[in-house]
Amino acid sequence: MGMTMTQKILAAHAGLDRVEAGQLIKANLDMVLGNDITSPVAINEMQKMKNQTVFDKEKIALVMDHFIPNKDIKSAENCKCCRDFARQHDITNYFDVGEMGIEHALLPEKGLVAAGDAVIGADSHTCTYGALGAFSTGVGSTDMAAAMVTGKAWFKVPSALKFVLTGKPSKWVSGKDVILHIIGMIGVDGALYKSMEFAGDGIAYLSMDDRFTICNMAIEAGGKNGIFPVDEKTIQYMKEHGNKPYEIYEADEDAVYDAEYTIDLSQLKPTVAFPHLPENTKEIGTFGEVKIDQVVIGSCTNGRIQDIRQAAEIMKGRKVAKDVRCIVIPATQAIYLQAMREGLLETFIEAGAVVSTPTCGPCLGGYMGILAAGERCVSTTNRNFVGRMGHVESEVYLASPAVAAASAIIGKISCPCELGL
Amino acid sequence: MQAKGRVFKYGDNVDTDVIIPARYLNATRGEELAKHCMEDIDKEFIHKVQPGDIIVAQKNFGCGSSREHAPLAIKCAGVSCVIAETFARIFYRNAINIGLPIIECPEASKAIQDGDEVEIDFDSGKIYNKTRNESYQGQAFPPFMQKIIAAGGLIPYINEK
Repeated sequence: MGMTMTQKILAAHAGLDRVEAGQLIKANLDMVLGNDITSPVAINEMQKMKNQTVFDKEKIALVMDHFIPNKDIKSAENCKCCRDFARQHDITNYFDVGEMGIEHALLPEKGLVAAGDAVIGADSHTCTYGALGAFSTGVGSTDMAAAMVTGKAWFKVPSALKFVLTGKPSKWVSGKDVILHIIGMIGVDGALYKSMEFAGDGIAYLSMDDRFTICNMAIEAGGKNGIFPVDEKTIQYMKEHGNKPYEIYEADEDAVYDAEYTIDLSQLKPTVAFPHLPENTKEIGTFGEVKIDQVVIGSCTNGRIQDIRQAAEIMKGRKVAKDVRCIVIPATQAIYLQAMREGLLETFIEAGAVVSTPTCGPCLGGYMGILAAGERCVSTTNRNFVGRMGHVESEVYLASPAVAAASAIIGKISCPCELGL
Repeated sequence: MQAKGRVFKYGDNVDTDVIIPARYLNATRGEELAKHCMEDIDKEFIHKVQPGDIIVAQKNFGCGSSREHAPLAIKCAGVSCVIAETFARIFYRNAINIGLPIIECPEASKAIQDGDEVEIDFDSGKIYNKTRNESYQGQAFPPFMQKIIAAGGLIPYINEK
């Protein structure tokens, strides 16, 4: 019986020839990540350990991204705790205001994750790096604390679901629509404890940014990780963003999957997840008028350059609807700079949108776009749970940057095609 | 190890945003987080919960964010155990790592109702519903996880080695 791609990476990091689904293993880690919310808890836990030496100062990344520039005194104290820790342990990959970005956009951009790596992060969207052909998964702060000292984590080897992607997506269908379609199909616990492994000739039509978006939301189907095979686009991306050595793993031909789904990308339509679960998906055109108060374009899911370009393409020469606030948040300093050089920021500001420094802020209802009771937001983020972006009676509709931008212009949930695009 | 208490019953997909809303994540101490535990799904919870009480929910409990603040808030609110049909995987890990007992038991998660008096024996995985005089068999932890729980969490477990 063969192994899945995930199982092969885990076996290699556990020093084993083979592993099976359900087996408990201890794996060596190539990167341990934390942010300004989860790291202070981890640092506190680490101070309870007998050994308080970090296993490798190059293999720990601390990214201040959730509540910075600090929104209040407690957030400032939390960042200070991380900053002091980073100095004390001489952590190489510490990213603060001026250098930071949203962690899951930043780490690949800085070349800190490569194909074949095993990565954990105290943030649920750590599964994003599967786009690079790495095994990466979210954990809690105690796991992060233990890993910063031991360089290892325990895992139950997951079984897998296989998603065979075929065909070429149409103009306004992006990675977000692919993953929302999948979550709508299998549900928010459809991949519980499992890997989501992607395959098929349709992958060639997905950019790296599309793949990051797809893997990013594996957790919204309950998945342990999402993973793409490594192809020329992956190798090109890694070359452009660093020189970290990589290793290519491929699923065995006789690998066993719990289920296999085939998705024809050419048949997908722009998709929106209605409140209050990411599985409540509807295709554009199948629902009535949904008027909106706010649009957020950004986050670890959709704040990359392709996302920003797509939103700008739609908003260029147009105006945000009178009763709509539109907030655009490029995910990293580099993306922000690139967007500035390409004139995209000008497009947004002329359209009546605001552009913010990188932050997770509104996605989790932290700051920078909190909703009042009864308000509705179309957001390119990843969760639409009750109260996620503010008041418990507010509503979040998850969509692609294209749908979000078109909705900002029209004032209700819309497809770019309604603007004649 | 045993637990005994009154049940607070919830449904499917209780997410970490309702267990502890992100607007309180600028706090890190369990006692402070506990004051807002379950606030966005059940405003009465924190006023009614007594030490030892038990949360029973249906599938995918704890889905969403990796915030350890969620099991920590539940533990510090005095909850002795969470029973669910299934748990989201990061919540499951976090609960074990911080020493919050949890049990997967589809039968119990269906049968137990809000306000029932329930007793749990963690060694055997047996759940007894005193109110309805019914017993359910929950899934016991694999030996490796039992060791972590017996040590009081992942950090004490590593310190012991």
